[in-house]
Amino acid sequence: MQHNWPLWEIFIRSKQGLDHKHVGSLHAADAEMAIENARDVYTRRMEGVSIWVVESKYVHASNPDDAGAFYDPANDKVYRHPTFYDLPDELKHM
Amino acid sequence: MSFEKTFQDKVDQDIRIEPKDWMPDAYRKTLIRQISQHAHSEIVGMLPEANWITRAPSLKRKATLIAKVQDEAGHGLYLYSAAETLGISRDEMLGQLHSGKTKYSSIFNYPTITWADMGAIGWLVDGAAIMNQVPLCRASFGPYARAMVRICKEESFHQRQGFEILLVLSKGSEAQRRMCQDAIDRWWWPSVMMFGPNDDASPNSELSMRWKIKRFSNDELRQKFIDVCVEQVKLLGMTLPDPDLKWNEEKQHYDFGPIDWEEFKNVISGNGPCNKERLAARVQAHEEGAWVREAAMAHAEKKNKEKNAA
Ligand SMILES: [Fe+2]
Ligand SMILES: [Fe+2]
Repeated sequence: MQHNWPLWEIFIRSKQGLDHKHVGSLHAADAEMAIENARDVYTRRMEGVSIWVVESKYVHASNPDDAGAFYDPANDKVYRHPTFYDLPDELKHM
Repeated sequence: MSFEKTFQDKVDQDIRIEPKDWMPDAYRKTLIRQISQHAHSEIVGMLPEANWITRAPSLKRKATLIAKVQDEAGHGLYLYSAAETLGISRDEMLGQLHSGKTKYSSIFNYPTITWADMGAIGWLVDGAAIMNQVPLCRASFGPYARAMVRICKEESFHQRQGFEILLVLSKGSEAQRRMCQDAIDRWWWPSVMMFGPNDDASPNSELSMRWKIKRFSNDELRQKFIDVCVEQVKLLGMTLPDPDLKWNEEKQHYDFGPIDWEEFKNVISGNGPCNKERLAARVQAHEEGAWVREAAMAHAEKKNKEKNAA
């Protein structure tokens, strides 16, 4: 077979109000088929109310080898968290 | 720190390995083999059960069987997708299945000759698969572990519907009871063999354990399976075909009789009752579906061109 169906990444919203979440991937000839296949494969038990499909080649990812340096800038900024601030116990509603 | 050491440290700390992370070549290769064999088993496993869809005894049983076979197709797909993240294509994997280069579980090389076989498969074969699969939900390779979580969620119904089939038969006529016992008799030993060779004959296990793509040894899982089934079969009022089954107070496990490894080897090497039929059915489905895959692709390309021209 010369023409393999491209790979698609599947994202499913499990419930109204929640984010779409990556659930896996599948092959399909086009977006419409990808959505139908995703329904058959990933929502056979009502696991979803909405499906996004993205052809895998369009997903760009950060490089795991650089993870250390890449996320380092946030590492020494504890003051971004509420617990960093020392306040008296009597202070209410904050 | 060497790549190798960083990798093993992560595995030791139960930090999942993801597709783009560095991993030893042997880990990648072993995983590709393990996951693709597992995927093939799901797909080939559809065949013995599909055999009974048109002859299921009621509409309810038919709907259930279709749903189960559909689930197995999904399981195959989850696993093929997981393997693809390791750099092998779907086409290549299917080629390896069709050429016989990679195996599938030899349990599916046995025929399904009566309706009771649908019960025995659900109870014993899916039961053994669950025993194997639950620990793999914690496998070190992320996509594999996530696929296994999905699969395990769906497997439970497979086993329960199988047991229910046997339960109904076990309360039926004399002929139904005989059919029930006969199916158990035929599926018991092949199911026990599903856990693979004894630990001392399973040379790659140690590395797989260290890599956490195997969490318990073959013999440990087999023992667990047997212990559970001995109790379950009592509810059916049936027996397991092993005269040596006996509670061992000291070990707190059931002792069981010798496994016929000759048969196991024989079936694995292609001489089981249905090996040729199963593989031929797979190859035929693939070849006869080729025009559909090509037509769908041509259609998609045409639509794409029209869209770009507009
Ligand atoms: Fe399955
Ligand atoms: Fe199953």
